[in-house]
This record gives sequence, C-alpha cells and structure tokens, in this order.
Amino acid sequence: MSETARTTSRLSLLPLFLAVAFTALGTAGIAWVLVNMHGHKQEAGRAFARVVELTEISTDPAPWGLNFPHHFDQYKSTAGDRFHGGSEAMPDSKLEKSPWLKRLYAGYAFALDYREARGHAYMLYDQVVTKRVNERPQAGACLHCHASPIVLYRKVGLQSLGMPHDDEALAEQFNMPAIMKGFEVLSTKPYHEVLEMLTQVPDGTPTAQAGQVFESPPVGGFEGQPPPGHFEMSQAHPVGCIDCHDPQTMALRITRPGFMTGIAVLASSDQPLPHMPSVDRWRRGDRSSDYDPNVLATRQEMRSFVCAQCHVEYYCATKDVLEFPWQNGLKAEQLEQHWQDKKFPDGSAFFDFIHTETGAPLFKVQHPEFELWAQGTHAAAGVSCADCHMPYERVGAMKNSNHNVRSPLDNINHACQNCHHVPEAQLLARVDLIQQRTLELMERSAGAMVQMLDAIQECRQAGATPEQLQAVFALQRKSMWRLDYISSENSRGFHAAQEAARILGESIDYSRQAEVAALRLKFDLSAPPTANSSPPAGDEGAQP
Amino acid sequence: MSDLSPESVVRNARGHWRWQVWLLACALGSMIGLGGFTFEYGGGASYLSNDPVACKNCHIMQGHFDSWQKSSHHAVATCNDCHLPHDFLGKWFTKADNGLLHSWAFTTGDFHEPIQIKPRNRLVTQGACLHCHRELVHHMLPTGPYADMLDCIHCHAAVGHAHR
Repeated sequence: MSETARTTSRLSLLPLFLAVAFTALGTAGIAWVLVNMHGHKQEAGRAFARVVELTEISTDPAPWGLNFPHHFDQYKSTAGDRFHGGSEAMPDSKLEKSPWLKRLYAGYAFALDYREARGHAYMLYDQVVTKRVNERPQAGACLHCHASPIVLYRKVGLQSLGMPHDDEALAEQFNMPAIMKGFEVLSTKPYHEVLEMLTQVPDGTPTAQAGQVFESPPVGGFEGQPPPGHFEMSQAHPVGCIDCHDPQTMALRITRPGFMTGIAVLASSDQPLPHMPSVDRWRRGDRSSDYDPNVLATRQEMRSFVCAQCHVEYYCATKDVLEFPWQNGLKAEQLEQHWQDKKFPDGSAFFDFIHTETGAPLFKVQHPEFELWAQGTHAAAGVSCADCHMPYERVGAMKNSNHNVRSPLDNINHACQNCHHVPEAQLLARVDLIQQRTLELMERSAGAMVQMLDAIQECRQAGATPEQLQAVFALQRKSMWRLDYISSENSRGFHAAQEAARILGESIDYSRQAEVAALRLKFDLSAPPTANSSPPAGDEGAQP
Repeated sequence: MSDLSPESVVRNARGHWRWQVWLLACALGSMIGLGGFTFEYGGGASYLSNDPVACKNCHIMQGHFDSWQKSSHHAVATCNDCHLPHDFLGKWFTKADNGLLHSWAFTTGDFHEPIQIKPRNRLVTQGACLHCHRELVHHMLPTGPYADMLDCIHCHAAVGHAHR
C-alpha cells in the first residue's frame, strides 16, 4: 500500500472516531440520568429503616437516632454555640443587663440568677446548676419540663396504685392515669430528691448508665472549681424524642400531666378558641368526658400543643401541685384572675412571693409563649409553633420537620418565606422593628415600675401600715404581673405584637396609679391633722 | 508485493467500509436502546399528557400535588390549566422549556428551596386566571397594552395549591 493510500484511509477514519466518541458521550449522559432517576426513585420508596425496637422506656434519644438519623442530627444541633440569643458557655446574666429585673423579682429566686436562654440541649443542666435551685428550696415539679420524667412518673404512679412497676411493666404501655398519679406524688417533693430518683429509672439504653447524647457544656452556675458531685449531662436526659412522640407510631403525643389538666380546664371555659378547632368540636358534643388532646386534637393543633406542655405560665413550687392557670381563658388578665381566685390547700390566698421592697404579695409569670401566641395573627391564621420553629424541609423525598428547634430568625428561608414572599432582609427588618418597639415600651414600663416602688417605700417610711396599703398593693401586683408577662415571654412581643403593647401599656398605667395612690397616702399621713382632714386613702378603690 | 487488481481493491474497501458501519451501528443502537429505556423508566411519555400525576414524577412537586387536591380549583383545573398558556404554540413551547429546565434542575440538584416561580411563568398563570375569569374582572384590567396589571395570585396565593 502506498504512502498516499495509507494517509487517505487514516483520514477517512477520523469522522468515524468522532462519531463513536460522540455516541459514547451521549450514552454516558443517558446512563447518568438513568442512575440519577433510579436514585430519586429509591429516595421516594424508603422514608426510614427501623433498625431498633423502641418501647415506652426509650427515654434515651440515641436508639431513636438509629431509626431516624436525620432528625437525631438536627436534635443534637440544639447544643453548641449557634443559639439565637444564647451561647455555649453559661449565657449572659439578664440581671446585669437590666438592673430593674432585680427590683421586679426582689424576694424571689430570680433575683439571684437569671440568664439568657440557650438551646434545648442544656435545659436540664442549666436548671440543675442555677442558684435558683441550689440556694432556694425548689419542688420536683420543675423537672416536669426540664427533664424527660415520664418513665419516672409512670413508675411512681404504678407503685402508688399497688401495681407491678418492674422494667417490663414500664416498657409495656404509656398509661396516662399512672403518669398522672406519679406526677401528683412527686410534684411537691424536694427538687434534688426527685432529680436523684430520675437518674435511677431505666432509659432504654443497653448500658447501666444513661447514654449521653450531648457533649457537656463548659461547667458553670457556681464560682470557681466545680463542686464534688457536680451534675453531669450523662446522669439524666433533657427533653427528648419520647416526650413528644409515640415510640410505636411516631405520632405526636401529649405526655405532660400539667398540660392534660390545663387544656381540659381551658376547654371547659367559655372563651372562644378559634385556633383550636378540636376544642370547639368537643364543646358542641355532650362533654361526658374531659377534653383529651391525644384523642381529639388535629395534627396541626398537636404541632403547637406539644410545645405548650412547657412554654406556658404555671405555678410550680412546694405548696401545691403544678398548675396551668387556664380556667378563664388564655389572656394575661384571665390568667391573673385565675391566680386571684385560687386558694392554697390550707385555704390561704394564693401568691408566689412577698416583694421584699414593699411587702406586697405578688404573682410571678413564667414564659407564657403559648398564651401570647394564641392572641397573635399567626395563631389566627392557623400557624403552629412547629411551622416556624421546626419548619418543614425536603430531605430527599421526605417531608421533614426540622428538629433543630430554634429561633425562626436563624432560618428565615424555610420559617417565613414559605408564606411571606418578600426578601429576607425585609422580613428581618420587620421583626426587628416589632421587637425594638416592644423593648422600648418595656423599658418605659420598667421605669414606671421603679418609680412606683420608690413611692411605696417612701409611703411605708412615712408610717403606712400594710392594711392601709392594700389598694396600692393590688395596683402594684397588676402592674408587675403585666411587665413580667412580656419580659418573661421569649419572643420580645413578636408572638402577638399588639397584645404585648396593650399589656405593657396597662402595666405603665397601673404603676402610675399605684404611685399616685402611695404618694397621696403618704401626704395624708404626714399632713398635720385638721378639723376636716380627709381619712387615710388606704381604702380608695382604684380602677380594676 | 501488493495485489493491485480492481477486484481486490473493492473487496478491501468494502471490508473496510463494513467494519466502520458495524461499529457505528452498534454504538448508535446502544445509545438509542439505553435512551429509550431511560425515557420509559422515567415515564417520559407521561409528560406529553395533561395528567397531574406526571408532574409529581419528581417528588419535589408532591406537596403541591397534595394541596392542589384539596384546593378550591381541584375540580376545574389541573396543573397544565394554570401553568401552561392556552394556545397551541405557547403551550408546547412552555412545556418543552419548563420540562427541560425542571429536569436539569432536579437532576443536578441546583435550585432554590423552597422552589420559586419565575417571572415568565407567573405571567403564564396570570393569563390562565384571565382565561376563565376575564369577564368577572374586566373592569380591573389595564386599558393600554403596556399598562401594569394587578397580579391575581399576589392576593389569591392559595387558590391552586398551598405552599410555593
């Protein structure tokens, strides 16, 4: 074959090679699409794999995490220093930042130690190390929310009812009546005694010691070196999977006796509850049995109710069983009325603490997030707690609630923008504005409170007796209840902005009324007696 | 010494030619076969239909499908009634354009979540609203061809399906 012929034949092969290369690339592309499609179909076909059996004693989240690794990873993300408003080290003291809080809580444990919030992971640790628990006697009821106490309640309940309470019996069934019983028994027992019991109950891990899901935070809550026997994260669990989920079906479930009783009482009231359709349905029925959220509530209601087991106002101390004050409704003044009508078991009038500056018996408010949310526009639109704090997201083909429970501001895209189609910066600015306004009004309300307290003290120095001060005390209680209500609530007014402003406005008004009444009384006491002097103003009824 | 007779050259050339054709035929055949299988496996033909089930072949649309079934329009409009123009050319051009871009996005995973409608497709839905409701809202329509028009779904966001 000549040189020319060979070149010609090589040249004629080039288009052939190009054609083959092109076909090969095309085929590879098609194969990639095929494999990708197959992957997506696999995702759609399998939501999760059940690799361990869970029972009613599976308090340890770790085995749940084997079945639901994605949810578990997100749950673990509540530890660490990425929490909105808090941090990994012991969070900043609120008392140092807002000195008026010390006067608001004078005579109450919160004046000792009151810090910024941080993630769910630390709820138990932070409670165990706070001065509020270690320098004041507290009740076991506090663990109703800061720990995962349901197995302990069931055990103590079964024991009190004289039924078998070995591990097998505990794992067998949920048994709400037994949990209720155990809760009542432990509610008024000393805190540290119940904490000790809690570390002894089985938690569903194969090891003798409770599994530790979260890394221990830097120690805190005391001065200097950690004391001997300092609480370790591995001794008991904070709120975990079993506190909201049925271990067999994963359905949302109410476990907390405080909420079961509270919501039943609320359902029996005549307050309109448009954001709770299942309560309305129950009210239209024959009411032969109490309203039971685990039987009647819708899935969307449950997405708020599980949070409302703890993020509410309550009484939690040694004199009586833990109680949610919902017999009149969920507004601030309705909760206040509940406490005013309440008597302790010994028949005496209910109060939380005596204010050391003035001697007035007062009520303390604890973070009423659920109650404030219920007054807001989001509740009215049917938006649940989880919709913003645990927003849905797509994971493969799964529709997943984000279990890194946190501020929606850390996740505006999923939390807000599903409904609000405006830029992120605009939404953030809107929230900031609401919170800024609330804070300004709160500072103004605190200023009024401080001047009221000064006036009452002056009045006492002028010789006023507690009897003469009764009307002033009533005004002081109303004013401080309202300031504390918005100050303790964790949304800085966002959950119901207008309602928050209304409550703070009332607080300012009551502070000024109390101040005027106290100064009048002081004037009357110090005025030289004349023939037609007016009687002391102690019994002057102010506006209710 | 090479054989340069005419017959042998043709035979050689034919043999040479045959080898090329076979190779190319096999390569093309494989590609067509694999492509056809992939098309069928992915439910390719369903995309030529009006069946809403086709739209949730990709599970990204599952939530939209579920909420459409409970929406006010579920008995009168399917996905295509609102998301494609109502003229022949516009319909098939939009179907091809969206189909290609959607497949590309879902295959590569390169898209914004929650998913967002593009301005051009928003205009398509606006046209679909007017296709049925023009008589009802004619007094709200712009007078000139380039005047601004109110966007129906700005306020009526959930008539087709909740969520984006």
